[in-house]
Amino acid sequence: MNRKTTRRKKPHPPQELHPMDQWLRSERMPHIWCAGCGIGPTLYAWVRALDTVGIDKDKVVYVSGIGCCGRGSGYLDVDGFHTTHGRAIPFATGIKLVKPDLCVNVISGDGDIFSIGGNHFIHACRRNVDLLVICTNNFIYGMTGGQLAATTPVGDYSTTTPYGNIEPPFNTPYLADASGAVYVARWTSIHARLLEKSITEALRMKGFRYIEVLSPCPVNYGRRNKLREVDDIAKWFWQSSVIKHGANTKEVQIEKGKPIILGNFVKREKKRSYYDELKKVEEKVKMAAEAKK
Amino acid sequence: MTATSGPGLSLMMENLGLGVMMEVPTVVVNIQRGGPSTGLPTLTAQGDIMQVKWGSHGPYEIIALSPSSPQEAFDLTIRCFNLAEKYRVPVILLASETVGHSAGKVVVPPEDEIELINRKKPTVPPEKYLPYRPDEDLVPPMASAGEGYAVCTTGLTHNEKGYPDVSAEVQEKLVRRLNEKIRKHMDEIVDVKEENMEDARIAVVSYGQVSRPAKRAVEMAREEGIKAGSIRLVTIWPFAKNVIRKWAKQVELFIVPELNYGQIYLEVKREVAGNSETVLVPRMGGELITPQEIYREIKKVSKNEP
Repeated sequence: MNRKTTRRKKPHPPQELHPMDQWLRSERMPHIWCAGCGIGPTLYAWVRALDTVGIDKDKVVYVSGIGCCGRGSGYLDVDGFHTTHGRAIPFATGIKLVKPDLCVNVISGDGDIFSIGGNHFIHACRRNVDLLVICTNNFIYGMTGGQLAATTPVGDYSTTTPYGNIEPPFNTPYLADASGAVYVARWTSIHARLLEKSITEALRMKGFRYIEVLSPCPVNYGRRNKLREVDDIAKWFWQSSVIKHGANTKEVQIEKGKPIILGNFVKREKKRSYYDELKKVEEKVKMAAEAKK
Repeated sequence: MTATSGPGLSLMMENLGLGVMMEVPTVVVNIQRGGPSTGLPTLTAQGDIMQVKWGSHGPYEIIALSPSSPQEAFDLTIRCFNLAEKYRVPVILLASETVGHSAGKVVVPPEDEIELINRKKPTVPPEKYLPYRPDEDLVPPMASAGEGYAVCTTGLTHNEKGYPDVSAEVQEKLVRRLNEKIRKHMDEIVDVKEENMEDARIAVVSYGQVSRPAKRAVEMAREEGIKAGSIRLVTIWPFAKNVIRKWAKQVELFIVPELNYGQIYLEVKREVAGNSETVLVPRMGGELITPQEIYREIKKVSKNEP
């Protein structure tokens, strides 16, 4: 039996193209994401921001790791690299160093960027690699069936913590800030316009920029945490979020029952990116070779 | 290109598989040291022969070359790059610590005398380009990021467009091609050096650093009038099965000295297929195999001869 034809219905052909359709590989629709998922709105905010900034589509690179969000690189009509679990940032670093004129973006999940890939994240921050990293944080390993992640709030249930999570999660904006990221923000996928504005701002900067996007996963997070309905998590975000630009990242840890602090937290100037520093080394090597002659 | 030794190679296995699946030209230099685990830092061994072939999950073909001297390390590294570019596959330079740390004269030819092969680039406009549609040689042309081809690449099973398509049909077609593109070009890739083989009844099959004591042992045997010869595998993977099969008709005994507990020995034995004897001269690493040890093995058998 052909699974594909039985499980996926083709949507009706649209009468008129959506303004952002040029960014999409429409032939790949429908996507794999569940109803209520925050990845779609996040990608929509990202392409709108790219459009606003006016970046040439041929110069945009989207690198992702593994997980639900990892699939995004195959849905957008840009150079897309769907790599191994946790390793999106090293691949993106490689692309940026070889082709510094490209706009290299990593959009991946919390499991990918902060659990298996945590080390790559802090080192890319430290080196100030010229990348925009957007992490869709859904507090869980969604694709694999709802296992505990490094971002699951204390006390929450997952398939691997049926009696509640005992591990304190990462406060990812604080981690990025402490590791030296030049831009740190947090939004949710329902704050579509504010998220878009934040991405636009980040796209116009150079250096390592990080945006955390809290993203609902009704199926594998909400279901076990009394947020079962499609819009329960969105409602939680909407009702609990407080916008506080420039907030001290130390104080933005997500805890159940407390306000979720959103905003553009950090914006700092760093003169040189990792690529610039490498160029300086290249000059030194050239000069040393000249001197030898 | 990246370089590592032993445990580092173990860490790379997942991405080696990605390299195979995405068809990324890659060169990995592995200076082998004693294992398992942290093992013998940094004393010699040849224990990673099977790992490079089977270490990443799934069925794949890969190329591995093994140098025996600093000069060869230089020459074969260039060949590694050429093979990686030509077949769009990870290629491994499997040297032992002995080669990695030895000093010797290296002749670097002028740049214009070095043959360089680069990957095929697409000749069609982006709208007609299918990133995983192979040419007749089963290798697809490769576009890079930023060239307007909107490359779509994934470690998932994918169709010719590069889109994930996890079905049995696509898997069958893709994985067969990934393997066949190497198997089909065996003759071009396989490099074997034979010495004293014309009338040989005993053959020493060796690779990398061990081929040097092996060569000496064969010379010692010849001085004694023993009909010994040497088969040296410069290409480890794909395995030179046709060479072994050919000599199995003439040679009565294959001696395989290696710095492990039997890896290439298994391949040789498999291809000999019972037509001759196959003997392993193992050493777990840390020390080299001496010509005398191999010679003793040759001598042992030749004594029994009528």
